[in-house]
Amino acid sequence: MKNDLVLRVIGKLLIPFILLFALYVQFHGDFGPGGGFQAGTIFAAGIVFYALIFGLENARKVIPDRLVEAMLAAGVLLYAGVGVAGLLLGGNYLDYFALDADPIHGQHRGIFWVEAGVAVTVCGVMLKIFYMFASRGEDGRGEA
Amino acid sequence: MSELVEHFSYIVTVFLMVAGLYVVMARGNLIKKLVGLSVFQTSVYLLYIAPGKLLGGTAPILASQYSVYSNPLPHVLILTAIVVGVATLALGLALTVRIREAYGTIEEDEIIALDHRVEDARSDER
Amino acid sequence: MAFTVWVLAGTRNLFGVVVLSGIYSFLMATVMVALDAVDVAMTEAAVGAGVSTVLMLGALHLCKSEEAKPAHRPWLPLALSAATAVLLIYGALGLPDFADPQAPIHQHVSPRYLQNEIDVPNVVTAVLASFRGYDTLGETTVVFTAGAGIIALLRRRKIKRGGNEE
Repeated sequence: MKNDLVLRVIGKLLIPFILLFALYVQFHGDFGPGGGFQAGTIFAAGIVFYALIFGLENARKVIPDRLVEAMLAAGVLLYAGVGVAGLLLGGNYLDYFALDADPIHGQHRGIFWVEAGVAVTVCGVMLKIFYMFASRGEDGRGEA
Repeated sequence: MSELVEHFSYIVTVFLMVAGLYVVMARGNLIKKLVGLSVFQTSVYLLYIAPGKLLGGTAPILASQYSVYSNPLPHVLILTAIVVGVATLALGLALTVRIREAYGTIEEDEIIALDHRVEDARSDER
Repeated sequence: MAFTVWVLAGTRNLFGVVVLSGIYSFLMATVMVALDAVDVAMTEAAVGAGVSTVLMLGALHLCKSEEAKPAHRPWLPLALSAATAVLLIYGALGLPDFADPQAPIHQHVSPRYLQNEIDVPNVVTAVLASFRGYDTLGETTVVFTAGAGIIALLRRRKIKRGGNEE
């Protein structure tokens, strides 16, 4: 598909906006519709779009397999880590009030990191599933 | 009759739910079964969200010019349910791909027939 | 939406089935916007119509088949479905009316959530990440487990060229 001029041009125009929109949805989850799940999925969809137009090999060069597998676990660990931080700073597990001197600010911080963790995990899982399905069809070169 | 009109959303939900259930029960193709299951799941989302709406309310994002909001609690539950649903769908599709590689087909009847043939062959050997 | 599902049940070409399920997801997202559920609509559109359709197309490409003609008439499933529908509608008539402000769903916890204790305007995100943070932790773990399960199911060991583990 990378020889088709229209697709290449449209892809190059749209993909940065898709990724940027994913980041916008992530960070504005507090003030408008959005949040971690939507952002992770939109980011993964942008990368899938790139892989469909420019080929799976190029997508693998941009986001290698190791990074995707690391993202899977890192998101959950980040979430649990925020909970442990709440413990270490004197409150209960996942208590956001303890994360900062001003409790309301602590809530904002806690929600920020928690949503980031969720987005990373969701994006990693969607990308990993796409990579596995897409590479399964290539005989012999199919890789985890 | 006016009761049916007031509960219209439930009737639509039940129709979608039962249609999904029918596809899961009556069709033998594994991928079609999975699609029917996802239709069923989506109708359950509707079942939860429809009662949360208040006429004249707005989306549950606090702003100073609105005072009536639709209920946010079902939204939270369904958000989780959607993501878990797609995780289940992905696992089901991965299983289907493996079944296809092992049996050569994804029709339920043919898979059962192949299993019976293997079992008969094995019991003949004993 | 009912019409879409009707056609979906009858179609035998699997590619058409996948496309119809994408249409169904988009229609559901639109209905949810009409019901004031904007977060859920965004998630349903992104996940249901986007990722789901891509995954099903991927699986379809790997399975490469079309649905066979059904061997027997589906009277029993049809009868079961109709009976279930009648029972469910009978039960649903006892539920509160559509958009009834006195329904129990609006009485207990929701007024407290809507009181903006923690200065986050999007109440759904606030409930999801703060009031009910444990549930979201569990859900993230479920998503992670699904990813790990798919890796376990579809991993190939590179023993030799063309070899794959059973």
